[in-house]
Amino acid sequence: MAREDIALMAHLMRRAGFGASREELEARAAKGYEATVEELLNPDAEPVDRLEFLRYHPGFWKPITSPGMGMAAWFHTMLNTKRPLEEKMVLFWHHVFATGQSKIDNWHELISQVDMFREKGMGDYRELLIALAKNPAMIYWLDNCDNHAHAVNENWGRELLELFSMGVGNYTETDVREASRAFTGWTIALTPPRGYYNRWDWEFEYLEEDHDDGEKTFLGHTGNFNGEDIIDIIVQQPACHRFIARHLYNFFVADEPQVPAWQTTPPRDPQAIETLATAFKDSYYDMRSTLRVLFNSDFFKNARFARIKSPAEMVVGIMRLVGGFEFPGPGIGNLAKHPTYMGQELLNPPSVEGWHTGAEWINSGTLMKRVNFAASMLGDLSRPGIQAILNRIKAQGDLSPEAFVDSCLDLIGPLPVQPEVRQRLVEHASEGGTLSWGTPQDVSTSSKRVGEMLQLIASLREFQYC
Amino acid sequence: MTTTAKAPVLVVLQLSGGNDYMNTVIPYNDPLYRDYRPRVSIPEDQILPLDDEVGLHPSMRPLHEMYKQGKMAIIHGVGYPNSVRSHFRSMDIWHTCEPDKTGTEGWLGLATRELDPLKENIVTAVSFGPCMFRALSVPGVPVACVDDLETYGLLTGIAPEPQRARILERFAQTYSPLIGNDEVMKYLGATGLEAMQGADILKVAPQKYASTVKYPETSIAKKLKGIAQVHLADLGSRIFYCDHLGFDTHANQLPVHATLWNDVSQAIEAFFADLREHNAADNVLLFLFTEFGRRVRDNGSGTDHGAGGAAFVLGDMVKGGQYSEYPSRKAEDLTQGDLAPTIDFRGVYATILEDWLHVDAKPIVKGSFEKPRFL
Repeated sequence: MAREDIALMAHLMRRAGFGASREELEARAAKGYEATVEELLNPDAEPVDRLEFLRYHPGFWKPITSPGMGMAAWFHTMLNTKRPLEEKMVLFWHHVFATGQSKIDNWHELISQVDMFREKGMGDYRELLIALAKNPAMIYWLDNCDNHAHAVNENWGRELLELFSMGVGNYTETDVREASRAFTGWTIALTPPRGYYNRWDWEFEYLEEDHDDGEKTFLGHTGNFNGEDIIDIIVQQPACHRFIARHLYNFFVADEPQVPAWQTTPPRDPQAIETLATAFKDSYYDMRSTLRVLFNSDFFKNARFARIKSPAEMVVGIMRLVGGFEFPGPGIGNLAKHPTYMGQELLNPPSVEGWHTGAEWINSGTLMKRVNFAASMLGDLSRPGIQAILNRIKAQGDLSPEAFVDSCLDLIGPLPVQPEVRQRLVEHASEGGTLSWGTPQDVSTSSKRVGEMLQLIASLREFQYC
Repeated sequence: MTTTAKAPVLVVLQLSGGNDYMNTVIPYNDPLYRDYRPRVSIPEDQILPLDDEVGLHPSMRPLHEMYKQGKMAIIHGVGYPNSVRSHFRSMDIWHTCEPDKTGTEGWLGLATRELDPLKENIVTAVSFGPCMFRALSVPGVPVACVDDLETYGLLTGIAPEPQRARILERFAQTYSPLIGNDEVMKYLGATGLEAMQGADILKVAPQKYASTVKYPETSIAKKLKGIAQVHLADLGSRIFYCDHLGFDTHANQLPVHATLWNDVSQAIEAFFADLREHNAADNVLLFLFTEFGRRVRDNGSGTDHGAGGAAFVLGDMVKGGQYSEYPSRKAEDLTQGDLAPTIDFRGVYATILEDWLHVDAKPIVKGSFEKPRFL
């Protein structure tokens, strides 16, 4: 198996999924890159069984307001999914359509929202937007339940244009108003609470009598528009194609400046954005088709380690690699909080703007958390994934310090590092001499040395990237 | 204006969940108190009186003592216009002083930047979290985030110590500013080394610490003990932040609230005793706040989210007593069933910022607000 094939496949799996073990990388590389992209776009594997999770955590069924358990079900899915790109798209849309527990105060509705992203996230973007406009959590989040024909509330109308489809500078304030008018009547049915402090499931309701059906002019078109009409117009806008393209680029290809800067700062690779925007448009806003173009492009294949991992990617990626977290044991609520400690509380972004990504994930507190988490996981020799790495190293027999370091860097990634950094790692390895496995004492010493080397690699700056 | 020879230190203890004002500072002579709270009121003979009108919850004996010594200020009716009854949103407002939009800069992060603009001391602000609090968060301002001081540090999962020291040395080498040529790598390098230095600086604190004071075995006492250790180690830390959870007493309030204040009061008692034993109390101000008070009427078992609440400021330099006014409990004066705030929290912040930390409050609290004169 060519080393470059493995490196390229590792890159694809880190981006289109949460990484992969060496075994999985070899299997996928054997099938070929394009075939793997196809499999990721249309996976055969069974989805993770939510009922299995509920069987062990019945209290999760309607977690309502309890923190920690709120994102546990989604976390369990991320840890176990064999449909990784589908799950990455859930995370992608959660970043874009950022909706938070801070106001929703109902984890169950947020889980329902991300379940909808799972169902629709790789399909037709127009359909996704309509489902979003009818999503009760979103309606409440952006106050569309307060948007009435006689008293228009512009929150949803504005964010739909500003943050979910086109970006600042591509519409006027009048467009915001007219879009908001079109969505009047799109509300949540009033329901009695199930118990004192419990929550009834929220349902979308369209109130004809609260809808402003008058004539509206939106982005140069005139008509008695309702919400779907607005979305139909939006998806035809080149600004929309470029906006989605840029978001896809930032999430899957390389760190871009943050969204608030998009009006003034051009993309780092305008040609790539054009390519993606065109694919999006030509496929009639089909996410799968666009992703296919993205993953098969040279600009993607060449963008190795060009993103800082988000906390979710860091935590889930490491836990999938080391293994042993597949079963929803007690304490899964606590595990689901690790991304929170690193600055990303899943299902509770700081605002509808979402999280600032890239280098902005890093401060002295979060970097310490990231390094400590990675090092403690990757240095744990009892974990199945680490055992697998250990066995592959052992299988190579006696190794010089250089070969030992190179093997660890290879099996962890492959992870390229600066020559000076590799030199430091070799110096560290040299303190122990040759890595050998002859006697039981050797096995014990060498295993510990491997664990320590993996910890050191996990703490490197390079490990913060994917 | 209050000045001390030593640099003034602020300790913030956030009571998370919405502490119930009316059962903490109890208007015991108001018949409405018992009318509103048939199930959730404190028996009169248990209340610790402050004067003819209000008294403290029976669990707060140590704080009652401090009040009698003139070292506790109670600020009545703290809040802001159009109170939000959502935990997260209201807490955000307290953290960022932005009631109308989403703020991104924490008031104490901004204060830290004023105190140490050149980042000469990366442990100027210490958060006993384990997370960072938004109140401290400002891009570029270092904050040391500690969960457990005994185990704080980089790569603490690695033991034994000599091994860890070797690995940390390698870590520092790989984070060298001489390696790596792009902006992000440089930023990672600087941040990693800062984190390591911060950990190195802070880890001497438990080692240097010696005290006869015994702290209770509660999580809040542990946090205050950690803060005491860092303060006593004289590392130049000026702002400490910690929280205690559980004040969201919708149900079962009487026993839960009693335990909460028992834990908090005893922890504070130990904390000040510890500081006094080391002659290190006179430059420390402890500020207690919560994101909102609770409804005047009970719900049969507890109380729901309200608006105006109480804040407390403790310390040797405090002008003890009561500030602002207890909001009227009369039905016609309530807002949506809640106590209407009588003073804006940003005024309380302004007093702390200007009269204790000696930094300009206006840009931080974004306006001019009435300052209660407890300093």
